[in-house]
Amino acid sequence: MSFVTVNNISLKGIAAAVPSVKYSNLDYSHVTVEERELFIKTTGIKERRVAPQGMSTSDMCYEPAKQLIEKLNWNKEDIDVVIMVTQSPDYFIPGSAVILQDRLGLKKSCLAFDINLGCSGYVYGLFVLGNLISSGQLKKGLLLVGDKSTVSTAFTDKSAYPLFGDAGSATALEFDENAKTMYFNLASDGSGKDAINIEHGGSRNGIQKDTFDLIEIEPGIAREKRHLKLNGIEIFNFALREVSPNVNELYAKSNQSMADTDYFVFHQANKLINESVRKKLKIADVSKVLYSLEKYGNTSSASIPLTMITEASDNLITKSNNLCLCGFGVGYSWGSALIHTKPFICLPLIEL
Amino acid sequence: MISAEEFTNQLVTEFEDVEPNTVFPDTNYREIKNWSSMYALIIIAFIDANFDVQLSADDLKNTQTVRDLYAIVCEKMK
Repeated sequence: MSFVTVNNISLKGIAAAVPSVKYSNLDYSHVTVEERELFIKTTGIKERRVAPQGMSTSDMCYEPAKQLIEKLNWNKEDIDVVIMVTQSPDYFIPGSAVILQDRLGLKKSCLAFDINLGCSGYVYGLFVLGNLISSGQLKKGLLLVGDKSTVSTAFTDKSAYPLFGDAGSATALEFDENAKTMYFNLASDGSGKDAINIEHGGSRNGIQKDTFDLIEIEPGIAREKRHLKLNGIEIFNFALREVSPNVNELYAKSNQSMADTDYFVFHQANKLINESVRKKLKIADVSKVLYSLEKYGNTSSASIPLTMITEASDNLITKSNNLCLCGFGVGYSWGSALIHTKPFICLPLIEL
Repeated sequence: MISAEEFTNQLVTEFEDVEPNTVFPDTNYREIKNWSSMYALIIIAFIDANFDVQLSADDLKNTQTVRDLYAIVCEKMK
């Protein structure tokens, strides 16, 4: 694990968007009604938002970014860097951050690049963008985080299809010499690369004759090699093994206290995983642990900002808060952060 | 460590709609009523939370009965 700090960063605002199309897991006709009910009870995921054909990940980040810039009253000329965190980019090339630099009307001297991370991506993105701004040479930056995960899940794969929802988000960071230190604990273990994986389509396997063959893995799980595969047991064990030690170490090394934390905002994997993590961390006050997965499912890297604005915006807008953020998943990649926020702008959830 | 019978009784309470008197230590846990892959995750969560032991995918593959699970937990707690 890597314990690191970032200074001089103030979080100024968050906005997020989801598609307006709702899919209820009660209607998931690939499995029996009993299985649907057990799935919902165990994972906590009732509904998900699904982006229609033609709506890309950058579309889901564009609208929050545009509205946030307006609400902040930021001059577009002052935005020095835009980072996009996604694993479902609009195209293989070019990256999505560059597309959004132009579409948002940002200046050409604006840095724009993508980071390929999923569930851990928001925490990593805050760290990378925070570092770029921290020296004061670049003053304002946008962290755009989102995924259209449903583009790669197979309807006939009950182990993946009902879990994921689509979402995009925008977070505004600004250089501020008076800001409190942000603490991060970041980690990686690429030996878990097969646990969440899209086998075909990349440079390893490309597109082959069998890329689009529907293959039954076991009853209820059939998918093509271009689809996302998910090994639930391995991922669960990864989360049980790595997440709580990472968060505990973050608190120990930063000399911060869990009792002083106002909100724990964890990646919304599923209720069984998240509640297991909560219990391992011995967080007794469940009202501090935010959940949005019932309504939006697992929204990959967007889950942390989406959960912040849908579940705690009243307090985030009006009060100062100590937040513990934690993302974990595909890679494996994981990380946690302790950040102190002053009242900041949270836009109401945007529906596209 | 609790007995295999008590382990079984506690495990059963984690499952929805399963009557306690229908599952015994020598029951093949994959034959529990309405068994689905979701139950495997529930078993892992139960064992992690109560015994601080992690079951791997291989542990599950190599076990049939609740007693087999109990034996692995006992072994890993040593």
